[in-house]
Amino acid sequence: MIRLAVALSLAAGVTLAAQPVVAQGTLRIGMTASDIPLTTGQTDQGGEGMRFMGYTVYDGLINWDLSKADKASDLVPGLATSWTTDATDKTKWTFVLREGVKFHDGSEFTADAVVWNLDKLLKNDAPQFDQRQAAQGRSRIPAVGSYKVIDKYKVEIVTKTPDATLPYQIAWIMMSSPAQWEKLGKSWDAFAKTPSGTGPWQLTAFQPRERAELSPYPGYWDKARVPKLDKLVLLPLPEANARAAALRSGQVDWIEAPSPDMVPSLKTAGFQIITNAYPHNWTWHLSRTEGSPWNDVRIRKAANLAVDREGLKELLSGLMIPAQGFYPPGHQWFGNPSFKLKYDPEAAKKLLAEAGFSPAKPVTTKILIAPSGSGQMQPLPMNEFVQQNLAEVGIKIDFEVVEWNTLINIWRAGANHESSRKATGMNYTYFIQDPFTGLIRHLQCNLQPPAGTNWGMYCDPEMDKLFEQVRNTFDSAAQTKVLQTIHEKYVDEALFLMVTHDVNPRALSPKVKGFVQAQNWFQDFSPITMAK
Amino acid sequence: MLSYLAKRILYVLPVALGVSVFCFLLVHIAPGDPLTSILPPDASQATQDEMRRIYGFDRPLPVQFGLWLWKALQGDLGTSIATGRPVAAEVWRAVGNTLLIAGLATVIGFLFGCFFGFVAGYFRGSVLDKFASMLAVLGVSVPHYWLGMVMVIVFSVQLGWLPPGGAGPGGSAAWKWDWEHVSYMILPAITMSVIPMGIIARTVRALVADILNQEFVPALRAKGLMDFGVFRHVVKNAAPTALAVMGLQLGYLLGGSILIETVFSWPGTGFLLGNAIFQRDLPLLQGTILVLAMFFVGLNVLVDIIQGLLDPRVRRR
Repeated sequence: MIRLAVALSLAAGVTLAAQPVVAQGTLRIGMTASDIPLTTGQTDQGGEGMRFMGYTVYDGLINWDLSKADKASDLVPGLATSWTTDATDKTKWTFVLREGVKFHDGSEFTADAVVWNLDKLLKNDAPQFDQRQAAQGRSRIPAVGSYKVIDKYKVEIVTKTPDATLPYQIAWIMMSSPAQWEKLGKSWDAFAKTPSGTGPWQLTAFQPRERAELSPYPGYWDKARVPKLDKLVLLPLPEANARAAALRSGQVDWIEAPSPDMVPSLKTAGFQIITNAYPHNWTWHLSRTEGSPWNDVRIRKAANLAVDREGLKELLSGLMIPAQGFYPPGHQWFGNPSFKLKYDPEAAKKLLAEAGFSPAKPVTTKILIAPSGSGQMQPLPMNEFVQQNLAEVGIKIDFEVVEWNTLINIWRAGANHESSRKATGMNYTYFIQDPFTGLIRHLQCNLQPPAGTNWGMYCDPEMDKLFEQVRNTFDSAAQTKVLQTIHEKYVDEALFLMVTHDVNPRALSPKVKGFVQAQNWFQDFSPITMAK
Repeated sequence: MLSYLAKRILYVLPVALGVSVFCFLLVHIAPGDPLTSILPPDASQATQDEMRRIYGFDRPLPVQFGLWLWKALQGDLGTSIATGRPVAAEVWRAVGNTLLIAGLATVIGFLFGCFFGFVAGYFRGSVLDKFASMLAVLGVSVPHYWLGMVMVIVFSVQLGWLPPGGAGPGGSAAWKWDWEHVSYMILPAITMSVIPMGIIARTVRALVADILNQEFVPALRAKGLMDFGVFRHVVKNAAPTALAVMGLQLGYLLGGSILIETVFSWPGTGFLLGNAIFQRDLPLLQGTILVLAMFFVGLNVLVDIIQGLLDPRVRRR
């Protein structure tokens, strides 16, 4: 009997030893969102939605490279291994798809799935058309005119006009499984509960507004990105104090966006504070309508020289990157602008004096601000700080405070619209991850509202020519050169009051290991492990 | 009694209709665009118009109201813009969650409120009265958002006794009546109970003081009734008013406190309402307000009926 017990124990020991060590723990994340982002593929809740429910459960044809922390992310092949344009017709793009990729439900990813997914967003009468995903995805791919299957692993997309920024647009579009949707009675509601993508994570449990659990998908096509954790748990904790308390009490291991005043005490308590430059811009978008003082480049430059960005950094416990341009310093599109955004109130006063103003006889104007909002950092104290700086050199600012959603509507309406209340600027934060959202949409003449979001009604034929060049330059290196020229013009002509970039802080338990914070709105959770 | 009951129930219909018109209009006249939260900020005008048409926001307000009311009467409160989930399911789920903590808060608030109120009323002017009155004043005047944070700092962060937020380890779908789950209710329920506790304590104190001054009390004592017997009569006289006050408080609690539920990330009606306002999710906002208003109306009727049953004078009014 004893012998039998010993034999069984040994056998059990051998069996256990033979199993691969995969148990790397559970990571629980407190998100700033108040709900679990849409799980069907095209997520809601902006960058955070894509971060947690887009690039985890799904892939795009083109993905962002989220593996490096030391340089701005760029695009890499995802479900497409390559993409090329027709030599004679630059509107025709061919995407060659990765073979052998399986959705979580076991069905194969093919060209039919790509067309089916584009139809779910763009074709109102398609059976799989989903208005919630369409609301999110349609405006991300404005260039797409038509598309068709060429063969099982090739898709053609035709753009409305030649547009070299298409890959950036396509990186927004997540591929959901047509087979799973069919299997679930063609219901997106049912799909939301048991979604199927091709991504490194699978949704295994989901309680709206409360919790989502994701487990690794062992069959993920990119073996280097198969998650090491056992489980990833997402918890909506919209209130900053509640998030910090959850971290401190051990309820979660990771919180998004701790408020700056909490950071020193979290650090003291042993939590990791991870920050990095990311494509974000906190700016005053200036009106160029008739009568706006910002039509005078001397005043624009003076404002940019008057802001004490290092002082502002101190106010934010160091959690910002002082702007040297519209893009963060070191970004591949930064170029070499000749106008330096330093703190030089004397130079600012001199420029204002040339324009006929002084602290005794100041420029007086009104700026729209919101008390809170996505990406707005700490808008009230930050704006008051800038207001004080500008007052010292002779620019007197009155604020009109409006609610964030109202500000978005004003932004869409344009500086000459009555809703802008004769303000000559607005404090707004920008997602600047790709050429269109980063640069083109703000200043192209034909994107003035209501056609687009060129709120300031800026129009410069020279700038328009550069934008057209971006769209017509299909060589990546050459396109980067054009983007640098555009950025130099942004800075040299001080087209915005460029103040700061956020650093996307997150606080992590000391147990969290292996996280690499990419300079991107999206992140990769695959390499993370949890220490015992 | 039957005619009294019928009158109270009939009274609900015009109130319900009024409430539904009011909450429909209220959310429509508020500034902002309901599609702001679901469309990317730079969505083109064409996309905005298309989505407005798909969601039906391009129709005249009376048509939108008619369609909404017709569906609401059939129990369909529409679909949340932000999540695409049925509003009715969202609201009932949140009501269930709020009921959990509101129920516990009611019990705590009612028991302690009555206790403090009776003690203060019975021993007017004593140290006990002063202490109980001070607690009652604190209860109604302390900022609950702040109190919630203090509770979290003390009991979750410092002592590590109770979880700081959420609705249970696995979400409320897997809700069980075990310590692991119930522990999540305690801090929000105690924070929530402080308001009714204070109000009931003050009401009961005034009632007891008033009743003790009435002539029937010396008469009862003259009849040889012991203290406990007198106390029973005092309770019986105080109960209808205390119940009415508690009923109203329960109505408020069911509305959920946006602040308390946000501090504790408790996915109840207050949390839902906060999200709906923040996301400008009109169908969710309308549905939540309507259901809460109906709860409030229903509770008022229920309290009226219970009062009528307990006190014949109420029925004759």
